[in-house]
Parts: sequence; C-alpha cells; structure tokens
Amino acid sequence: MSFSLGRAAAIFTKELRDYRRNRFVVMSMALLPAVFIVLPVVDIVSVPAQVASPRLDNRISLSLLYMLLIPAFVPSALSAYSVVGERDQGTLEPLLSTPLTKEELLLGKGFAALVPALCVAYAVFGVFLAVAAGLAHPVVRSAVFASSHLLVQLLFTPLIASWSIWVGIAISSRSRDVRVAQQLSVFASFPPLALVALMSFNVISASTGLALGLAAGLVVVDGLGWRAVAAMFDRERLLTGG
Amino acid sequence: MDAPALATEQLTRRFGGRTAVDGLSLTVAKGEVFGFLGPNGAGKSTTVRMLGTLIRPSSGSATVAGLRLSPENGVEIRRRISIMPESPGLYLRLSVAENLECFAGLYGMSQPKERVRAALAAVSMTDRTGELCQNLSKGLRQRVALARALLNDPEVVFLDEPTSGLDPVATREVHGLIDGLRSRGTTVFLTTHRLEEAERLCDRVAIFNRTLRLVGGPQELRDQLFTRALVVRTVKALPDPADVFSGLPGVQGWSAGQEPGTYTVMVKEPTIAAPAVARSLVAVGADVLSLTEAHRSLEDVYLQLINEDTEARPQ
Repeated sequence: MSFSLGRAAAIFTKELRDYRRNRFVVMSMALLPAVFIVLPVVDIVSVPAQVASPRLDNRISLSLLYMLLIPAFVPSALSAYSVVGERDQGTLEPLLSTPLTKEELLLGKGFAALVPALCVAYAVFGVFLAVAAGLAHPVVRSAVFASSHLLVQLLFTPLIASWSIWVGIAISSRSRDVRVAQQLSVFASFPPLALVALMSFNVISASTGLALGLAAGLVVVDGLGWRAVAAMFDRERLLTGG
Repeated sequence: MDAPALATEQLTRRFGGRTAVDGLSLTVAKGEVFGFLGPNGAGKSTTVRMLGTLIRPSSGSATVAGLRLSPENGVEIRRRISIMPESPGLYLRLSVAENLECFAGLYGMSQPKERVRAALAAVSMTDRTGELCQNLSKGLRQRVALARALLNDPEVVFLDEPTSGLDPVATREVHGLIDGLRSRGTTVFLTTHRLEEAERLCDRVAIFNRTLRLVGGPQELRDQLFTRALVVRTVKALPDPADVFSGLPGVQGWSAGQEPGTYTVMVKEPTIAAPAVARSLVAVGADVLSLTEAHRSLEDVYLQLINEDTEARPQ
C-alpha cells in the first residue's frame, strides 16, 4: 500500500480552508488564547521587584503554564471535530470512497490542527515575551527570559499539541456527537500538561535532563499516536456505527 | 466478450443476527446503466458500500472494475470507481471549485484545475465555480456531487438515489446527466426506488429485497411476471361477454372490470388477438369505446414482487 503525501496535503488544504470559514473554529482560536494570556500578562507586569526568588519562579512557572494550555486546548477543539464533524456533514462517505488511506487522512487532519495551533501558541508566547520585555521589572524580565523557561515552552508546545491532536482524533472517530468529542478531548489533553505542571511547581524536581527525557518520551508517544489512531480507525465502523 | 464491469457471487453481509444482503449474484456489463431497485432497508446501500470497499462482505466474492474485491485492492478499486451517496456530502463552507480541487488531490490528478473545469462543464456548472456550496440549491449541490463523481473518469459510477428529494426540473437535469454518462460509455450502477426513473434510464434492472428477486430489462421483467392483456371498453355492458371473448384465436381468458362495460382479455400475442376481439365485438353489435393493450409498468412488476415478499414474511 503506497502512502501519498499529495493526498494528505489535499486533506490539509481542505481543512485549513474549512477552518477559515468556520465561525466556531475562528472563535476558539481567538478567544482561548485571549483568555489564557490575560492572567499571565497581568501577573508578570504586577510582580514587585523585591519578591523572593522561589516565589518569583513559581509565579513565572504558573504564567508559562497558562501558555501551555493553548497548545493543549486549541488543537483538541479542532481535532475532536475532525471525524465526527465529517460524519455530521455527510462528507465522510464521499471522502472514504476515494483512494485516500486512513494514514493519509489522519496525517492531513493532524497537521491541519497542528499548524494553526502552533502559530497561535507561539504568537501568544511572543506577545507575552514582548510584554515582559517592555513592561516587567528587569528582575522579572531576566527570570522570564531564562533559557530553561524558553526551552520548556518551545519544546513542549508542539509535543503537547500533538498529544492533544491524536487523542482528539481518536475520540472523534469513536464519538457520535461533536460536543461530547470536544469535551472529552479537552479532558484527555491534561495528562502531559499535568506532568509539566508538576515540574513547574517543583513537585517533581525539574532538571534539563528530566525535561529533555520527558520531551523525548512525548516525541515517541506522538510518533506512535499516528499509527495507533490509524489502527483504531476503521472505515466500516465509522460508516455503519457498528 | 469483455469482462463485466461488476460481478458478484453469493455476496452476503450480516450485521449481527440480521442479514442485510443475502447471496447476491449478478453481473453488470461495461457501459451498462444498471438499476438496482428495492424498498427502503432492502440492502441497496449496503451493497454499494460493499462494492465500493467501504464495508467488508461477510461471505461471497465480487469483481469491481476488473479487480477482485479485497482489502488489498481497496485503494486501486476506489481509484477506478466513484460513489455518489444519497446525500451530496459537500463541504458547505468551501466553494464549488475548492470542493472539487480537494477530491482532485485525493485522486492524485496531475492537472487538477483542468479536470475540475472539465467535470464542472459536464454538469453545466462552470459559471458557479467560486460560489460557496452552502448557497447552492439542493439540485445544484447534486450536480456538484455528480461532477465530483466524474472527476476521476471512473470505470464504474455508483449513484445512490441521485434524485432523492429533488424537484421535477432538477430530477430531469440529473436524468440528462446520467444519459450523458451512458453516452461516455461509463458503467452506471443506479440505486433507486423511483421506478419511472429506472424504467426511463436503465438497460437492465434488478429488483432486490435482501435477496435478488429478479433481473432483466424492464420489458423482460413485465413479460416474466404478467401475461399480456387487452383492455376493452364498451358503451354498455355486454349481455354475454363469454360468448364474445371465449374461443377466439390467441385469447387465454377474460375478466370483467369493476366498471360496467370494462373487460380485461388475457392474450398470448396482442397483434393476433386484437383483430379477432374487434371482429367479435362488432359481430354482436357492441358500441366499442376503446380496445387497447394493457400497459404493465415496472411499478406493477416491483409491487408484485415486494408484495409477495411482504406476504411471505412471517408475522
């Protein structure tokens, strides 16, 4: 069986065109990041210069954790819609009647959820850094720009987003209702986030090695996610609901 | 002789304890417009989905567009066929062209824009390419769906209730498009329960209700199920109809209709029997209003078979 990047790209393009005109998607993309950036920005600007170092670190970690909610929630809303949404619109059968394989379909849909999620997440993080650079106290600013914080943010954003996408698609292909799929997907996005939270708040003592180890673990899980979801994906069950 | 476009052998599909399609065996020749008729829930869509590799048969075998129906051949079969489901299944937030471009990409076409243009030209939609599908009428959406089904220049097109819910004008347009497919030499497997549609469009029809009940040309089916008949109408009821109709050449029997002066005369061959009946009526001085051959429609054939099924079903 041959894998065609062209067919995956056709799905990717179609999804992006559809998102662009889907009010729910546009609102999710706009509102969720807006909600998640307000608190960190206010917090970072209002931190007094004389705050104790561990407390400052905690507050910055909390702010950055908010940033990581974006790659967890934005793609989960998109991916949860991906299969059950097709079924709702009656487009699933024409789609499955083409030479498209399930791996191509999932890859196209996965990337279509990943790309906008990353754009939004990094853009919001950029805004956060800009505010910190321009308005925060120099002590706070230098703590925000600590290389470990930046590394965690840059590294875990795509990994958490990918986790959310595969879990979202898996739930979507098993659901019969869009809203149920989206709610379940949001819940299922929490495990990797919880892990990052435990590290951020020093429940698990964080180190660069541990962060990299976790990241490597997530890379493997995300890589396997595509295959695992493809294995769960069954044309017949999707069409007959059996 | 050319290999058939479709051939099934004892094709069966069960869902749990329920058998949706039971031992279907038929062949469809290349270029044929084949009607697949049956009531709702008869298993028509299940058959199309099996032949389109969307669901697996429980048993039996089939050949589709020259390939054995199997999971390994799924991609290649789907490349050679197209399925237009009952609902057009368009992305309503995308334009007509964007919908078709997506599918052109899925078929791996080298010049997608040209193919999209050609498919839209075939359904007379070139002036609506930029329009969002959500703004199109149901008939126009059906046309776009048909254009999508033509994109890959398929060997076999499965049309599942293509005129369902369409008004008469849109229905006529779709019929014209199916005629167009016939003239292109495309094999059409038309699933419908609109009998006049099947009678008008199909070379052969199969009447199917979980099992295959009958297959043949519409006239062939009528001949198989019904004896031919003449319908006689006179101004007044005949005093002794038996004297008029019995013993005439080619006449097998007769019956009086509910209205006075109406008779149905069963005949072997109308061209032999009709003149004899006319002479006999004139001989007894009957005032004849009309003498015509009874027309049995495909609907009569269908209802006869489906009613038999209903009566045979255990209560």
